[in-house]
Amino acid sequence: MSDEAVPAIKPSLPEEQPMIPQPLVELHGWGRAAGTMSHLAQIDSVADAVSALRKSDSRGVVPRGLGRSYGDAAQNAGGTALDLTKMNRILSLDASGDPATVTVQAGVSLDSLMRALLPFGLWVPVLPGTRQVTVGGAIAADVHGKNHHTQGSFGNHVRALDLLMADGEMRTLTPDGDTSTLFWATVGGMGLTGAILRATVALQPTETAYFTVDTHRAANIDDLMQQMSQGDENYTYSVAWFDAVTRGRHMGRGVLTRGNKAQLAALPTKLRRDPLKFVAPSLGTLPEIFPNRMINKATAKAFSTAWYLKAPKDRVGELQNITQFFHPLDMVAEWNRVYGPNGFLQYQFVVPFEAAEVFRRCLEMIVSSGHLSCLNVLKRFGPGNPSPLSFPMPGWTLTVDLPIEHGLDKLCDALDNEVVGAGGRVYLAKDSRLSAAMFRRMYPRLDDFLEVRREVDPTGIFNSDLARRLELSKPTTGGTT
Amino acid sequence: MINALGEPQSLLLLGGTSDIALAIARRYARPGLRVALAARPSERRSAAATELADLGCEVTEVDLEARDHASHATTVEQAFAGGDIDIAVIAFGLLGDPEQAWHDPDLALELAEVNYTAPVHLGVLLGQRMLAQAHGWIVALSSVAGERVRRSNFVYGSTKAGLDGFFLGLGEALREYGARVLVVRPGFVKSKMTSGLEEVPLAVTPDQVAEAVTDAIKSKRELIWVPGPLRVVMSGLRHVPRPLFRKLPI
Repeated sequence: MSDEAVPAIKPSLPEEQPMIPQPLVELHGWGRAAGTMSHLAQIDSVADAVSALRKSDSRGVVPRGLGRSYGDAAQNAGGTALDLTKMNRILSLDASGDPATVTVQAGVSLDSLMRALLPFGLWVPVLPGTRQVTVGGAIAADVHGKNHHTQGSFGNHVRALDLLMADGEMRTLTPDGDTSTLFWATVGGMGLTGAILRATVALQPTETAYFTVDTHRAANIDDLMQQMSQGDENYTYSVAWFDAVTRGRHMGRGVLTRGNKAQLAALPTKLRRDPLKFVAPSLGTLPEIFPNRMINKATAKAFSTAWYLKAPKDRVGELQNITQFFHPLDMVAEWNRVYGPNGFLQYQFVVPFEAAEVFRRCLEMIVSSGHLSCLNVLKRFGPGNPSPLSFPMPGWTLTVDLPIEHGLDKLCDALDNEVVGAGGRVYLAKDSRLSAAMFRRMYPRLDDFLEVRREVDPTGIFNSDLARRLELSKPTTGGTT
Repeated sequence: MINALGEPQSLLLLGGTSDIALAIARRYARPGLRVALAARPSERRSAAATELADLGCEVTEVDLEARDHASHATTVEQAFAGGDIDIAVIAFGLLGDPEQAWHDPDLALELAEVNYTAPVHLGVLLGQRMLAQAHGWIVALSSVAGERVRRSNFVYGSTKAGLDGFFLGLGEALREYGARVLVVRPGFVKSKMTSGLEEVPLAVTPDQVAEAVTDAIKSKRELIWVPGPLRVVMSGLRHVPRPLFRKLPI
């Protein structure tokens, strides 16, 4: 799949080194709740990864990237987490292909990939809310961005991937052909089919690193959904922030931002000199000083009102750079510390378009629950892909960030019931609390995934806290409720 | 796994028919919760299993004989057969008649074995399991009677003092391996264990103890008094000189 051949792993493996006990370290997701102790194995090469696999005991291994999944996907209590962030080389670029493709090691972050590709006029097709995720993680969680309705999720753009499997073999998988079943189980498979060690991703051409953005304010949730339903197809990117604190007439008021990649001609002369400049200012790192309850009634209300009012009522054709448009939170490193030591959870669900009523009811439940969320996202998804555990499906998706407080379990359980009743589901990359029983109801194609897992990893070497919680870690007994 | 909101996926109740253990199970019960009920086979155990199954739990009944130390390993093995245990509660115990207990060597021995030796033996077995899985909680039901042992029930009190010290120490030892221990010091609990005894001020129900336990695990606290104000009372009593302590009506 690339110029550099995959090393022949098995024959050339050195004799097993004596096991050096690695200390346990606490690993947690971006939400900083539910941390557990795992052995963290630094993986610098394919041989390292194979060796870690062989040394693993019954607690198993899980691949880990930059730790941006919110819950317990990349931690493995008592077992091993493979730290793949040092496998961060860009191996080859085929800029003349149609489409252009890049082959990278799985630990490359989307941030470094974007920086490397922009000078060639190439663009990473799917960017989630942060650039600080690895390519391996983006595939394993099948992440989506503001362009899901037009471009699908990350897995849709992967042309090939190399998977280190439980038996120590490396296999190249493609979305079509003989290996497609395992390919699609690996997309969205949360690292439980094996460790993705490299991938070839299709790219898109771009003339500039800027966006022309239209911003509209909506007075309430109905207005917001109405506006979003019209004309989304005219924009590659579309997303709304909404106020999840204000009740009554203005419940769900929000700001809709939609845009397209800016053509060179749309740039002012000053910017035309360096149209592909990557603008990513940093405001520094948040210190670990915030108490719990930083997000309280007063701060949440003030933030939500200010955010709404500072947005222009209607503004068309504004030019924004990557950070402004995509990743305002990336300006502040470790922003999750604002939630204090108790941490927070992100609840993201999707329900089909037909269930708009359920969607509205869920919003009402959140707003009236007394649990406060400031970073709220509303979006319309396009079609899903063949992955059995991929999250996106055509419908409305909503995301809220909730500080962990008393009673949040009741709210989330109630939301689960609404969502599953409407044929929807929650996003595993964000989840840190779903029960196995509810998960099974939300992902009707779970058995397809478990069947693949039984085949490629019959003893469950690939394992994680998420796998235990959602009962994905017992592949031999899968298929029962 | 205990999720981000402090909800466990599996429970082991040693002394699974005790009022406090069942109150804890009821608070955690939700569809799919695995519960291992370890107790002597009895109608009470079957009834508890049925009740929890009706709440959607997947219940296994496991035999536990506190004084038969040789059987403990099997009990623990059976309890872990379904996978990791998130919270193991050691809830069995014996109060005994306090006056008889210091006259009757057999009763004294029984109290010592049930309230101290068996929890220590099981505590070590559980500790090894928790160490390997690197997560989870052991909840040990101690008592304020063990915090300052008093004349009126010193045989019982001394067994709880020993248990309390062991589990506080086990908690320190397991900490670096990711497992935790919660020591609970209730005051007077209105349960089948104390039925027929005269109630005292600050008495609590089993459910109040259970609520305190679930809250403590949520906020990762490792030593609690139930009710909370007992902490202050006990910290005073601990330092009362013996001549004076002797005269207190407790």
